[in-house]
Amino acid sequence: MALLEIRNLSVSFATSTGLFHAVQGIDMSVDPREVLAVVGESGSGKSVAMLATMGLLPDTATITADALRFDGRDMLNLSAAERRRIIGRDISMIFQEPIASLNPCFTVGYQIEEVLRVHLGLGKRERRARAIELFAQVGIPQPEARLSSYPHQMSGGQCQRVMIAMAIACKPKLLIADEPTTALDVTIQKQILDLLMTLQEETGMGMIMITHDMGVVAETADRVVVMFKGRKMEEAGVLEIFEAPAHPYTRALLAALPELATGDRLPTVSDFVDAEALAGGA
Amino acid sequence: MMETRTNPPVLEASGIVRDYPGAGGLFRRARPVRALKGISFAVEQGRTLAVVGESGCGKSTLARIITLIDPATEGTLRIDGQPVDIARETLSREMRRKVQIVFQNPYGSLNPRQKVGDMLMEPLILNTADSAAERREKAMAMLVKVGLGTEHFHRYPHMFSGGQRQRLAIARALMVNPRLLVLDEPVSALDLSVQAQVLNLLADLQEEFDLTYVFISHDLSVVRYIADEVMVMWLGEVVEYGSRDALFGDPQHDYTRTLFAATPVTDLAAIRARIARRRAAGIGTAGIGA
Repeated sequence: MALLEIRNLSVSFATSTGLFHAVQGIDMSVDPREVLAVVGESGSGKSVAMLATMGLLPDTATITADALRFDGRDMLNLSAAERRRIIGRDISMIFQEPIASLNPCFTVGYQIEEVLRVHLGLGKRERRARAIELFAQVGIPQPEARLSSYPHQMSGGQCQRVMIAMAIACKPKLLIADEPTTALDVTIQKQILDLLMTLQEETGMGMIMITHDMGVVAETADRVVVMFKGRKMEEAGVLEIFEAPAHPYTRALLAALPELATGDRLPTVSDFVDAEALAGGA
Repeated sequence: MMETRTNPPVLEASGIVRDYPGAGGLFRRARPVRALKGISFAVEQGRTLAVVGESGCGKSTLARIITLIDPATEGTLRIDGQPVDIARETLSREMRRKVQIVFQNPYGSLNPRQKVGDMLMEPLILNTADSAAERREKAMAMLVKVGLGTEHFHRYPHMFSGGQRQRLAIARALMVNPRLLVLDEPVSALDLSVQAQVLNLLADLQEEFDLTYVFISHDLSVVRYIADEVMVMWLGEVVEYGSRDALFGDPQHDYTRTLFAATPVTDLAAIRARIARRRAAGIGTAGIGA
């Protein structure tokens, strides 16, 4: 059975110029022990679809779906309290800007212990011990001393490690990583991706990797969903995506990778698809 | 692109050092932080030098010195063979005109209250004696040149997408016919398909105006596509400097190799190996691609 199952999900926002359809009828599923990459460029709706699933969108968003099931539970009709018990414990998320996602007013130790207190109800000493253990697990040097650091005293890569430690603190069944390495240097990106993949393999959690970077897809995904302007363009195994992409938009994305360039000029999306027709047509 | 090495260098730097004042205390003397530790290089006309490195390696400090925004603490900088030292002398308009820069973030580098047309014409007011009609005509022509339209003349920056804004930033830099364009991570904030368009535009413009580029980037795949020469920086030093083919073909320095190793590969064999490894460990998707 799928860990997360999304069927016919649509999200629209009320704006001053009328309804804006950010996500238009997408299906998606993630199995336990699997990494699903959701690829798309800005505005493709990849983040909005995930935020809708987690119930993190503002009230201006209208969310409809035939099914939105996580681990056998219907996520659409959960009360806010029930949802809060799942989010952060069974499903957790890490975001693009590690420094911005941490609270600058509290030490990182306080913030990770808060997770352990709220979700697991651990006592003071147990919390501290577990926090040190988690920091060590995500490769933060001198974990004990680091607990009393503030986010601004740490580098971007270290902050992302803290975010990951917080995300895996309650041993989630599903981890959603929204562009986790976009703001980081390549060598740090490599370390963070390796860390995420090691954790995923050790714990067997399901993972959704939201990214615009085909390189990250190649290094992490088992299966890939390609999105464009709120619609799903293609879904396939990672090897098929790179070996024989079925949809012209996927081919365009791959062709635009500078490392695969053959000629004098890089091909662009409009060389492959009529973007307007793609967005308008079903 | 020309392969002959007969062109005179447009930009020549030797032994560039830059110190920033460090933090001191009541009883501790402030010690300067040396951001650049003696950088030397030269770029010939019509060619592209890529400067590669990670945050903190000094590449943006170098960009500010080349663009004549900040002075170097030591070393000499020559533009078109002429030594320039902004710490000692005020810069001539001619020299100011010669070097222009395009920044990374197209959202932050355009004035939100200034219409596109005014933004493009402003450098002409400061640097040339053109009449209003001439300025307008040049600005319109430049909009078309960078792939926008004359109808965009009266619009504000917020009405453009990220890629279009980067085109505007490039247009503004080119208004005064510079010799040298410093591109500080010009495509890293852009989507892949938009990135391809902007890279193509830069290649076209270089050909048309015989422009010289200093292209600062951390993305090796972009560098490999656009550069003629590559300079790898690490902690304020140049660790490797050479032609693109030599550097990508046979990297010498450990740090360069580390950078290469960290760059994600989209190679099919590597993906296949990874999937096989995961499947052996009982992880991953069952039944896909089997």
